[in-house]
Amino acid sequence: MNDVVTTTTYDEDVLIQELGYDDHFHDHHHGDKYQSNFIMHYIFSMDHKIIARQFLITGMFWAVIGGLMSLVFRLQLGFPEESMAWLKPVLGKWIVLNDAGIGTLAPEFYYALVTMHGTIIVFFVLTAGLSGTFSNLLIPLQIGARDMASPFLNMLSYWFFFLAGVVMFASLFLSTGPFSGGWTAYPPLSALPQASTGSGAGMTLWVTSLVFFVVSVLLGGINYITTVLNMRTKGMTMWRMPLTIWAFFITAIIGLLSFPVLVSGLLMVMMDRGLGTSFFLSEIFIGGQALEHVGGSPVLYQHLFWFLGHPEVYIIILPAMGIVSEVLSVHARKPIFGYKAMVYSILAIAFLSFIVWAHHMFMSGVNPFISNFFVIFTLIIAVPSAVKVFNWITTLYGGNIRFNSANLFAIGFVSMFISGGLTGIFLGNSAIDIQLHDTYFVVAHFHIVMGIAAFFGMYAGVYHWFPKMFGRFMNETLGKIHFWVTMIGAYAIFWPMHYIGMAGVPRRYYSFDSFQAFSHFSELNQFITIAAIIVFAAQVLMVINFFYSIWRGKVVTEKNPWGASTLEWTTPINAGHGNWEGNIPAVQRWPYDYGKDGKEFIPQIVPLAEGEKDGGDH
Amino acid sequence: MTALTIILCLILLVVIIVQIGKVTELAAKIRGEEEVQERSNRTQASYMMIFMVVFLVASVVSAYYYKNWMLGYGPHAAASQHGGSLDYLFDITLFFTGIVFIVTQVLLFYFAWKYKAQKGRVAKFVPHDNRLEVIWTIIPAVVMTFLVVGGLDVWNEVMADIPEDYVSKLVPEGDNEYIEIEGTGYQFAWHLRYPGADGKLGTRDYKKIDATNPLGQVWTDEKNMDDFHPSEIVLPVGKKVRVRITARDVLHNFYLPHFRVKMDAIPGLPTYFVFTPEKTTEEYRQSLSEYPEYQQPDPEDPEKQLWQTFDYELACAELCGSGHFSMRRVVRIVSMEEYKAWLENQQSYYLSSIRGSDSDPYKDELLDFEVRERKQEFNDALEQALSAAEEDAKTIQFNYVNFETGSANLTPLSKYELDNLVEALNKYDNMTLELAGHTDNTGDPESNVVLSDDRATAVYNYLTSKGISEDRLTHIGYGQTRPVDTNDTDAGRQKNRRTEFRILTQ
Repeated sequence: MNDVVTTTTYDEDVLIQELGYDDHFHDHHHGDKYQSNFIMHYIFSMDHKIIARQFLITGMFWAVIGGLMSLVFRLQLGFPEESMAWLKPVLGKWIVLNDAGIGTLAPEFYYALVTMHGTIIVFFVLTAGLSGTFSNLLIPLQIGARDMASPFLNMLSYWFFFLAGVVMFASLFLSTGPFSGGWTAYPPLSALPQASTGSGAGMTLWVTSLVFFVVSVLLGGINYITTVLNMRTKGMTMWRMPLTIWAFFITAIIGLLSFPVLVSGLLMVMMDRGLGTSFFLSEIFIGGQALEHVGGSPVLYQHLFWFLGHPEVYIIILPAMGIVSEVLSVHARKPIFGYKAMVYSILAIAFLSFIVWAHHMFMSGVNPFISNFFVIFTLIIAVPSAVKVFNWITTLYGGNIRFNSANLFAIGFVSMFISGGLTGIFLGNSAIDIQLHDTYFVVAHFHIVMGIAAFFGMYAGVYHWFPKMFGRFMNETLGKIHFWVTMIGAYAIFWPMHYIGMAGVPRRYYSFDSFQAFSHFSELNQFITIAAIIVFAAQVLMVINFFYSIWRGKVVTEKNPWGASTLEWTTPINAGHGNWEGNIPAVQRWPYDYGKDGKEFIPQIVPLAEGEKDGGDH
Repeated sequence: MTALTIILCLILLVVIIVQIGKVTELAAKIRGEEEVQERSNRTQASYMMIFMVVFLVASVVSAYYYKNWMLGYGPHAAASQHGGSLDYLFDITLFFTGIVFIVTQVLLFYFAWKYKAQKGRVAKFVPHDNRLEVIWTIIPAVVMTFLVVGGLDVWNEVMADIPEDYVSKLVPEGDNEYIEIEGTGYQFAWHLRYPGADGKLGTRDYKKIDATNPLGQVWTDEKNMDDFHPSEIVLPVGKKVRVRITARDVLHNFYLPHFRVKMDAIPGLPTYFVFTPEKTTEEYRQSLSEYPEYQQPDPEDPEKQLWQTFDYELACAELCGSGHFSMRRVVRIVSMEEYKAWLENQQSYYLSSIRGSDSDPYKDELLDFEVRERKQEFNDALEQALSAAEEDAKTIQFNYVNFETGSANLTPLSKYELDNLVEALNKYDNMTLELAGHTDNTGDPESNVVLSDDRATAVYNYLTSKGISEDRLTHIGYGQTRPVDTNDTDAGRQKNRRTEFRILTQ
């Protein structure tokens, strides 16, 4: 459109001062006394930016734990013949030594690792670490609020998450081992301590931890919703919110509606365990004994679980989508293509996410007729998802794309989301799912589409907003190495699993030797394990880069290093509690005016020129 | 020491990484940030293109390399009737998603490369394009509709239960006959049950499960009596099978990968799957024999090649505890003749393991077929004795008349044989008999005579109570004086303890 580049610089302070909204902030908060000491400032902080960092660093801790667990069970799958005696100092009795000194991983512990890996990554890393971090960081900053609606609940939200983590961590050291019945915790296996050692104290702690976790999610969620609805600054209409905020807002609503259902399911399991109820148990003979429970249905639990479980995958992926939309747009120097379509597709996905849960249960013994509806709704989700993908790709079209770590991960996200999303079309079709259900095809599908993709979204966010969080940049070279190793490595891990899955190899197998049909892939399994180790090493690199950069990274010298139009970049580089020193900025336009009218970008606080139409209006 | 070395290595690694970071940042400062960003844009953009090409080539090549594992292609085509339609759906979906995959990935990486940032360029301002958006909403919607309709069509057909006018048979011959078998998962194996000659599986009650009754079969249900528990699934090719799927303790999943059969096994909530095996094990082996990966020697049995040792398998596909990965059973699909031959060798679980034991509710009575069999046996022996010429052959031993230990009380089951004798005496009204009791040589000879006479008398009393005239019967106790076998072994003594009758006149 325009061949001339105009790099207009805006005097943001003046704009905020002249057009912003004076909420008499300094009259009330002289010197922020209430968090002047170390404990109040860094530990029981009520500043959303500190809480965001707490969520992020705790999430990283759990990501390392969850990742290490996956390496141990990948070693078992890739190199079942190799001795694991060298792990004995760490894993103790879970490595069983034979007379020749060859150590093997105990099957119970293999299942405990698989279970913990899933639980930790899904809840602690990709829910708390992703949504917790960025909702907290960005909601007040991007809508122009001084903090969350309730900073106190926000602090509680983090500490409940922390408590959940402490309980889960403690369960790793039980003599009967942590819970080992899969992250879905289907009863009767999870309900009967006699069915599996991990279903004893391990399960009790697992449930306790998750209940604390849900409290955390609910406290956070209520806060996010209230803040977005009530605390937007002057001019920040809903249609002027960045897609990140839309994503966090809808995510919080989904979480608020679905997590309580999980808790009710878990409490019913606990009652079946301890109080003699029979919600999920019926006609069970175990350990030489016929139990009294009759009339319950294990399938009922699955309905309750997946009523959370399916929305949960959108709780994970929507924030990543929001972050990617924002990062792609900023670094392509182009408005996100089809802003309203993006919002509507988030809404559509969120709505549909509540009526597709039973597609996890096609082979669970539910009435096959019911599955018809779930197939239809499930495959309808492909439409808004496809719209989002096309919009991201078109956002790149005609851009002026900066390749930094944040944007690389955003582009990588789109690639992963395409690859993983398409295999969902196979699995959502119940007839094909007969063969693919609970095989490695499913493992490949969900790891790519909501594991790797969500991690990519998170990384894009971390690299992009690191300057906002710590006033320094992360190292770009290390970031790029991190990206390429992860991108190639993640495909190397999960792509081959499609083939293993097509051959019918079931997931959650400790060993494939007992079956002729499943024993053909030892080389591929070795390859996957090696790739997993390399990818893990790249994540360690990222962690090192992260902590190194906090203290030693390149210092941010300008407020708006990426040339982004959203409000968070109008705050001081190291903003204190309250975010803006003087007035709160007022918003004049939508957040995606990049490359408009020959201008590189126009911040949201710049008033519309005479006769200029706001970009969001169409 | 090793730990220390490892820690030192790790620290060294961290230091190196940090140094790389520092050096690149310093270099950037020296060269000028903008120029570095420009260079980096160029290299990263070209990496994107290289990645795209390598990634797409690798995915196509690897798919080709593993083509023999794809559904509906090569050696692993479905071995059941419905499996083909499912494989076809998979392939159709693969076709459409394959196109979308390639087009979108190419555009993504191509645009990323094409529109890398360059000095002096401004991005196009294209916030939206309604026409374009409508098009790419409608296209996936149409394709999805197509896939949904196709998928649901197959789904409802595959998952349909057996039509109501079908009859379950152990040996299904006609068009609307099927065989119903049962698979029960428990930690950590499958227990299999076939319906027996009546074609019907008997009822179960989980409270009746114990060491001798693994499925909790209710033995008062006649349908249970002929059910048998094989150690492998054997099915005739081309016949409809309904698998009744249950679990005893936790969830399991009845998974037959080659037949595209998969269904959760739930305690307290039986499920089912209906399928028709289409290829015998032998046929499947033959088709495998054409593929090089199956022409290798089997590591378990190096004499044979892999295709020769191939078997269909039953697995568990729902996490059920630490032994989840080991719940294997062999499935054999055979011709109808082989199936019938196999059935010949199967024994009813009730008759082989329960009959006569304490858990048998019919311990004290004979089942109809046993009554029939014994009557036949008795009558044959009687006819032989009646037609025999010599005196010695006129004695018939009661095979099933027994007394409680050390007494002359008839056990309940003894009356069946005595009833056969009553019938014979009524038929041949001139027949007179001597009833004789014998013991082995343990105990006092005198009291043995008394005991054996008491036992003969008990028989005598039973017969007269059934209306046989006292004139036609005499009774005598021989004690241990007339052994038919040695008294030195248990088996011999067992034979010597007996009651018999001798035909005096006929």
